[in-house]
Amino acid sequence: MATRPSALRKTGRVLLYLAMIVAAAGILLPFAWMVISSLKTNNQVFTAPIEWIPDPFRWRNYVDIWIKGDMVTWVRNTMTVSVVVTLLQVVTGSFAAYGFAKTRFPGRDALFLLYIGTIAVPWASYMIPQFQMLSSWGLANTLYSIMLLQAFGAFGVFLMKQYYESIPDSLCEAARIDGLSEYGIWWRIMLPLSVPALASLTIITFVTTWNDYLGPLIYLRDRELWTIQLGLQRFVGDYNAEHALIMTGSVLSVLPIAIVFLLGQRYFVQGIATTGVKG
Amino acid sequence: MATPVVDNQGALGLPYPDPPRRRAPRTSLKLRNALVGWTFVLPNFAGFAVLTLIPVLLLFYYSLTSWNIFGNADWVGLENYRRLLADQSFHIALGNTFYYAAFHIPLTIAASLGLALLLNQKLRGAAFFRTVAFFPYVTSIVAVAVVWNMLFSPEFGPINQFIGMFVGGELPGWTVSKDWAMPAVIIVGTWRYMGYYMLLFLAGLQTVPTELHEAARIDGAGVWQRFWNVTLPCLRPTMFLVTVMVTIESFKVFDLILVMTEGGPGQATLVLSQYIWQKGFEQFELGYASSVAVVLFLICIGVTVVQFLYNKRRDA
Repeated sequence: MATRPSALRKTGRVLLYLAMIVAAAGILLPFAWMVISSLKTNNQVFTAPIEWIPDPFRWRNYVDIWIKGDMVTWVRNTMTVSVVVTLLQVVTGSFAAYGFAKTRFPGRDALFLLYIGTIAVPWASYMIPQFQMLSSWGLANTLYSIMLLQAFGAFGVFLMKQYYESIPDSLCEAARIDGLSEYGIWWRIMLPLSVPALASLTIITFVTTWNDYLGPLIYLRDRELWTIQLGLQRFVGDYNAEHALIMTGSVLSVLPIAIVFLLGQRYFVQGIATTGVKG
Repeated sequence: MATPVVDNQGALGLPYPDPPRRRAPRTSLKLRNALVGWTFVLPNFAGFAVLTLIPVLLLFYYSLTSWNIFGNADWVGLENYRRLLADQSFHIALGNTFYYAAFHIPLTIAASLGLALLLNQKLRGAAFFRTVAFFPYVTSIVAVAVVWNMLFSPEFGPINQFIGMFVGGELPGWTVSKDWAMPAVIIVGTWRYMGYYMLLFLAGLQTVPTELHEAARIDGAGVWQRFWNVTLPCLRPTMFLVTVMVTIESFKVFDLILVMTEGGPGQATLVLSQYIWQKGFEQFELGYASSVAVVLFLICIGVTVVQFLYNKRRDA
């Protein structure tokens, strides 16, 4: 009797590990295929049976892509937009979150509900009036449009508010008695205490902006304004037979995000969990 | 909660030396507090109002006009909506949107809950696995679509080669076939988003008390019974949140379809968001596109409200 449950447990564990390995392999397969194909010639990409190890490794693709595509411009534009958006989002988001979490004013809760409500509103439903408005201000076909589009989302306010509410009010009270203004409390007490949440918001905003495709697609016409997602998509259209090069471009577009994600994964995960716990 | 408010007013009231204000300290303080609150909210709210709220309001107006490429936005009342009723393409887009949602929602919930339960078993390598499962969510939709389109390639694509090892006969044409394009998109959508919801479930699983599991085990409940009678009821708040989020995400599916199939072949994967884009930005029927957008807006808000009401009734 003593051995049976433990043997059962053991097979259970083995099955669990097996499930985990199979799932991981399945999820990673597209990425593996992407990297492998990026090192092949075009003829080697689609073969039967699949060539899992390129022979020979064609590193030239990683040189050619910079010549055929306008990678430098795309990366520069994407970087500019992502950094500006992240800064705006983090500063205005945490500022507004303090207003919602730690000050009182009439209509505060209704206003916050309005913010949260827009999370359920698809961008596609109001993109036309929004485009019309920004065009009439002469902002279409500029990088400013993309910055504005992404910088004032409800998500940042929501995330920071959730975090601020976990910081006890008594701390603010003490600071008020010591004569600190509300702005002082935000700057000297809340911001230093909320570094983990700020890190979460920073990394999530950066990744979202970097990956945005629809905004650039609608707003950016000129080649010299394209972001990496738009550039890659247009590259696929122009060179649709260059399978290997397309994969090279894909690897390069994913690489910076992969690095950022791996470095800041902890904050990414915490940020999402924070927005989920209290709903 | 009442005392700190009084303290707060007293503390803030001290630095006010001038007598006229002292006569009505309550109202002026309230006003001052409100102003301070507003200054915090305002920088973000200004951007939010201009870029989100105003466009949403304008949308309803535009949907009642004949606004087109020539720029005449004449008032036409409900004419656009009348046109919607007879528009075959709109019906297809509406149907496809629900088709996508009907499969994407349950598949994503099941897959993400499964992954979360697996991760919660405290296996070795779980941290690595979490990274892996979440990775598709952070990669760009363009790269994802390009890779999957190649994987789905009917003749020499790895997926059909794999299936061909087990099944003979005609293999699915995936993104180039009318019948298989939508399943292909649903598979990629689920693959991409399940890691995100897995994290939410994982956070929810941390709140399930271990004592309950122990008690159930001692009472002789099996793995399945414990899952059904302990884990799931404890996960209800998370389950609700995830369901709401997946539902919204399903109905607004847009970029995935645009880069994978462009709604094709034919109109096999045309969804509402994309139809708005086609009508508005390709054919410049802005008024008509706005009426489609109103429908999408109402679906998303409606479904969310219904879910909240349902959840409330179950709580009561």
